[in-house]
Amino acid sequence: MPAHLKVLALVGFMLVVVATPREWFAAYAFFLGVLVTVGAVGRVRPGWVLKRMVVETPFVVFAVLMPFIAHGPRIEVLGLSLSESGLLSAWGLLAKGTLGVIAGLMLAATTTPQELVHGLERLRLPQQLVQIMAFMVRYLEVVTDEMRRMAVARASRGFVARNPLHWPVLARSVGALFIRSFERGERVHLAMVSRGYTGRMPR
Amino acid sequence: MHVPDGFLDAPTSIATGAVAVVAVGVALRGARRELDDKTAPLAGLVAAFVFATQMLNFPVGAGTSGHLMGGALAAVLVGPWTGVLCVSVVLIVQSLLFADGGITALGTNILLMAVTTVVVGWVVSRVLLKVLPKRVGLVAPAAAIGAFVSVPAAALVFTALYAVGGTADISLTTLATAMLGWHTLIGLGEGVITFLAVGAILSVRPDLVYAARGVITERDLVIKPKESVA
Repeated sequence: MPAHLKVLALVGFMLVVVATPREWFAAYAFFLGVLVTVGAVGRVRPGWVLKRMVVETPFVVFAVLMPFIAHGPRIEVLGLSLSESGLLSAWGLLAKGTLGVIAGLMLAATTTPQELVHGLERLRLPQQLVQIMAFMVRYLEVVTDEMRRMAVARASRGFVARNPLHWPVLARSVGALFIRSFERGERVHLAMVSRGYTGRMPR
Repeated sequence: MHVPDGFLDAPTSIATGAVAVVAVGVALRGARRELDDKTAPLAGLVAAFVFATQMLNFPVGAGTSGHLMGGALAAVLVGPWTGVLCVSVVLIVQSLLFADGGITALGTNILLMAVTTVVVGWVVSRVLLKVLPKRVGLVAPAAAIGAFVSVPAAALVFTALYAVGGTADISLTTLATAMLGWHTLIGLGEGVITFLAVGAILSVRPDLVYAARGVITERDLVIKPKESVA
């Protein structure tokens, strides 16, 4: 399936999910069913998805706190006094957020970054934006690798970041990483100009 | 700290999406003025840098750690337009390839983390540099204050959005106090790290710091006779 259709499907699906009232519990079971079917068809491993769902953690914490801080009529659950509307909100946040993360991961699992960039280009995203994204995706591995090498270099000198006193060291690494990235950008640009680049990618 | 799907209702998400599209469009035109035909490779590499920086954890103590948001840092280093563009691209890629931040909340996230932090960080540091005496040593503190202000500013915009299209039933004052209090702390960290990082870059390549243009003066190469060195 072409990447641009997948992106459109994802946006459409999530808009429907977000617009669905949270009291329609059956609808959410249906949405989850759709995602499970997509995952099965796309042969996405459940373990891969579960491992990447940690990005949701801060908002799970927020959702769990919701029944305690929301106002409105209270009910007793397991000896705790919880806000009824808070419980409902928490459910809504968790359900929609989780569906969003799973749906996003379905796209990520079945699409390579290159396909995605081409897909966005077909969706008529501005040329410049697509080019920037293409460069970012292409050099992401290089830049994160550079950062990893610096981390290895720090560690091999016995550095362990434990408290804010160690921030200057890490911040200098950030500075060095910026200079290296920027200079790499300049080199890449010069290399492209010498091959005839005038600000547009050849079709 | 990306906003997930379903946190704000659909109309608000679509509205912030429209605002984000306009903002990115304006930034695209502005960035071409800052970088001309270098835009794509340079902004791409800077976006990769912002992404990588967000992976670097700064220990806060007691086993917890945080990371830089980098909006104000990007603004000070490469200029506001390119900054908005780079952070927006980072957010798009994070949303589509890492499911970090909901796809329907992408506009909200761009508005909060790309537009608000970059613009506030830039304006604050710019005004400070205009008011303060023109010295290179003051660029990093100005950037730090910009970064510090930018984080609670984004939290404030979030609270405002929440007042319009929030889906959970919490009192706004509770949310506003909690968000502001918490993000003032985060902003402190952001400010300190931005200060240190900008300072480090200024001491090595001051010419690469966009905000320092006009502050660093041309220095002529002077060849000193040997006696004066010793």
